Amino acid sequence: MLYNKQLYMSRPVRFNLIQKDTSDLGINNVQLPEGHMGEGFFATSLDKVVGLARKNSMWPLPFATSCCGIEFMATMGSHYDLSRFGSERVGFSPRQCDLLMVMGTIAKKMGPVLRQVYLQMAEPRWVMAVGACASSGGIFDTYSVLQGIDQVIPVDVYVPGCPPRPEAIIDGVLKIQELVENESLRRRTGDQYKALLDGYGIQ
Amino acid sequence: MSLTHETIKETLAAQFGDKILGWEESYGMLSFTIQPDHNLKALTFLNDDPSMGFQFLTDVTAVHYPDRKGEEIAVVYHLHNLKENVRLRMKLFVPIEKPDVYTATGLFSGANWMERETYDFFGVNFVGHPDLRRVLNVDEMDYFPLRKEFPLEDQTRIDKDDEMFGR
Repeated sequence: MLYNKQLYMSRPVRFNLIQKDTSDLGINNVQLPEGHMGEGFFATSLDKVVGLARKNSMWPLPFATSCCGIEFMATMGSHYDLSRFGSERVGFSPRQCDLLMVMGTIAKKMGPVLRQVYLQMAEPRWVMAVGACASSGGIFDTYSVLQGIDQVIPVDVYVPGCPPRPEAIIDGVLKIQELVENESLRRRTGDQYKALLDGYGIQ
Repeated sequence: MSLTHETIKETLAAQFGDKILGWEESYGMLSFTIQPDHNLKALTFLNDDPSMGFQFLTDVTAVHYPDRKGEEIAVVYHLHNLKENVRLRMKLFVPIEKPDVYTATGLFSGANWMERETYDFFGVNFVGHPDLRRVLNVDEMDYFPLRKEFPLEDQTRIDKDDEMFGR
């Protein structure tokens, strides 16, 4: 739908006058979940609506320790914008965030600190290990580096790379969004999740 | 009178004589080896004497030489004279069974954490240190990582192929 902005704007406009035709650029809008549409109402299951709402408004907690943190800063910049996907508000308080992004080398001394931050997050919470060091200790196979954060907290998505490119970090966030969209509302109170947390010694 | 290597050697030899076990010069920096129980006396002399003036302790560290039986751990002090811009290295050798060295904390406050780091990685016991505990590693660690008998890699990994990684 193309129109001439100069005719419609109430103030004089000099640039960007003709609206661009973006139908063939492959831009996706959020898809409506399956449900019954009627006059002024839309009925679907609660799982789907909640999943949709949660996935498009994930607030990340950047636990940026080293080089991958710099790549995250680039991802949050305007070129590889992460806030396109809903992660607009980056909070540094675990009490207010959904997604814990661990970016960088975690030393053995830092392990209990990371665990404490994870425990302070409220359900539902997801964890993303960005980079080789957070996933498996990376290049630092030594006495002082924790060989992967999954030794202290359960991880949902691992993003490999040293450091991963911003596109890779965005891909990781998109995979988290897939997990969030398809998660059942009863998962966090179920037995399998409890067993997973018990494996880490978390109540 | 400028502070050259000759003047430093003369003054120290006059003061300590037979306690100094050797002199070396590497990359333009003078280095001497002293008997381990005289380290504090040497540091105090180098600090207080007006002709010496080595009042800045740059580093305290250690090296483990497993082949020197009876004196395996070398504790190395780096001193700096800020006025004349002259650096000096002091070494002392202690046996690994009883690595006791007098602390320099009374003289230099910066030696506090540097000696804690040396204790953390080599196990050197600084006698008289106010708070000798691990500083960079986890508190529960029961070995001294930078000694030569301990490998660099984390031994708790089970997924790395030993053959490929040389262990």
